[in-house]
Amino acid sequence: MNGTNGSIIQVEDLAKNFGNLVAVNAVNFDVMGGEIFGFLGPNGAGKTTTINMLCTLLRPTAGTATVNGFDVIHNKNEVRESIGLVFQDPSLDDRLTARENLEFHAVVYHVPRSVRDDRIKEVLDMVTLMDRADDRVETYSGGMKRRLEIARGLLHYPKVLFLDEPTIGLDPQTRNYIWEYIEDLKKREGITIFLTTHYMEEAEHCDRIAIIDLGDIIALDTPEVLKDHVGGDVIKIKTANDEDAEKQLKEMYPDLEMLNDPECKLCFKMEKGEEFIPDLIRDFGTKIVSVSVHRPTLDDVFLQLTGKEIRDEGSDDKSNLRAAARLGAFGAQRSKR
Amino acid sequence: MAEPAEKIRDVPEGESVREYLHRTNARRAFTGTYIVWYRDIKRFWRDTPRRVGAFVQPLIYLFLLGTGLQAAFKVFGGSNVKYVKFMFPGILGMTVLFTAVFSAISILWDREFGFLKEVLVSPVPRTSVAVGKILGGATQAMIQAGILLVLMFFPFMYGFNLDTLWKALLLIPCTLLLAIGMTSIGVAISANMKSMEGFPMVMNLFLLPLFFLSGAMFPLQGLPGWMTFLTRINPLSYGVDMLRGIALKGVTLASNTSVISKIPASVINSISPQVRAEIGKLIPQMPKLQIQRYPMWLDVTVVFGFAAIGIAIAIWQFNRQE
Repeated sequence: MNGTNGSIIQVEDLAKNFGNLVAVNAVNFDVMGGEIFGFLGPNGAGKTTTINMLCTLLRPTAGTATVNGFDVIHNKNEVRESIGLVFQDPSLDDRLTARENLEFHAVVYHVPRSVRDDRIKEVLDMVTLMDRADDRVETYSGGMKRRLEIARGLLHYPKVLFLDEPTIGLDPQTRNYIWEYIEDLKKREGITIFLTTHYMEEAEHCDRIAIIDLGDIIALDTPEVLKDHVGGDVIKIKTANDEDAEKQLKEMYPDLEMLNDPECKLCFKMEKGEEFIPDLIRDFGTKIVSVSVHRPTLDDVFLQLTGKEIRDEGSDDKSNLRAAARLGAFGAQRSKR
Repeated sequence: MAEPAEKIRDVPEGESVREYLHRTNARRAFTGTYIVWYRDIKRFWRDTPRRVGAFVQPLIYLFLLGTGLQAAFKVFGGSNVKYVKFMFPGILGMTVLFTAVFSAISILWDREFGFLKEVLVSPVPRTSVAVGKILGGATQAMIQAGILLVLMFFPFMYGFNLDTLWKALLLIPCTLLLAIGMTSIGVAISANMKSMEGFPMVMNLFLLPLFFLSGAMFPLQGLPGWMTFLTRINPLSYGVDMLRGIALKGVTLASNTSVISKIPASVINSISPQVRAEIGKLIPQMPKLQIQRYPMWLDVTVVFGFAAIGIAIAIWQFNRQE
């Protein structure tokens, strides 16, 4: 069923417009069977739109895509059976128990009756929710709900698991747990995982990353290769007088390439940054207020490619609402109506 | 699971792949409908206030509204009409109407809490989902209708006898048909509605005229022409008419309203015809209460057609959404 090169998802010139707004602009990529493939970009970059098209929830404006060999426009049902989905927003029935949610899913995804109970037990064990299986979901914490959703996404033996911002609105500890599950899953089930995130540090877990901005894929490679492109370590300096310091730096090191970060004037790349710093301090003397050197991160990659930083939008209003909804604060309020 | 090759491997001997797929798809469509229905009923049953409310609501309609109106009609000179008996089919229709249509709000809740997405991206055909939702709402309406049907047997209603039993049995399929039609309309409206707040508004805008023009509360007699016209194009008036035709067959609703009836015939005959006519003019004439306005076949046809169109719209609306 898979493409000749071992790919399980093939995307060709896939585009989506909402009226005049170009949400996804003719993107092309393949996802290999068995890899963790990450879509990294700021909110509104087109990540969820792309996922929704691949999941048959949105009809593409142009282009084609196949998942597990099935066309997302013409073979919707086959695509739907091939994939598991964990949405950005919660999608559980919180008046039902975890087991009942899974039973519902098993029926609508045609998991044969003979294996249904065993499979439900298996996925609940995988996310360590077996002891809470018969509690109503409304009593669950945000992290538990997410784990249950991941378990549900896996229930029908999908070939690809789509995770749209799997850790949004969760606390760091729970995030780490979720990542452990995801990596464990890849090892145990051997399925392909396609996820989106706007957390840079999370993208590091992926085998390959597509960086998407304003509807275009601007880079696609392993995190290591992407970081190598930055070239050397990133050094940030603060001085008493940045303009003088910049002049002096350029005189001393004519080849120096400054990063175009609007928030940091004296940022540049340098091979073997640690060895360079003693030289720098000797030459500059007391003008330097602080120096930092760090290995390039995906933040630096994004910065270099787009000239801006991915802001952590975990604190904007919508995400807060989302987090609250996940934690059940709104659920409690609503059920009173 | 997903590979067609795997599916085809299960094909029993002597059956073509096409036949096999056709059969499995039909079974899957059916189980999809079943599980959507089952979940709705489970949620309904688990929600204690909702369940209690559902049981009490028909009683409130019948006893408070029915008795109140019965008394009111006496005050306005309707003598001792058994208004509760007259109203019973209307209350049945009203209960079904409100419960059925408002059950569709569950679709909006599901959208709000994200569960609708889980259903819509599943491989279950949208048609199955829509039918499951319709049956779920219709079942809830029928639970309430069932309570009213039991009340029919009480002495103050139609009495505990075989006649009432036949009526009750005949009312079940007719009420179900009406419930399915009404739920379909609710499902069709909520399938594409995004706002929680908008639903009750739209429903009231749409439901109340439908209800007031149905004849459930008052007989549709002696109305001005424009209103009579509106009642005739209201499908629900045929539904209530149908229920009334069944429930009130052979039931005496009023004792004779004329004072003359209290006077022995011999006395009346002794009065000269001219005097009799003059007396007749003095006594206000009560128009005869009409039990069924339309022929039964027309009622059933309209309700059936209404349900069929409702289901078609609901299915179409569900298939249309992305």
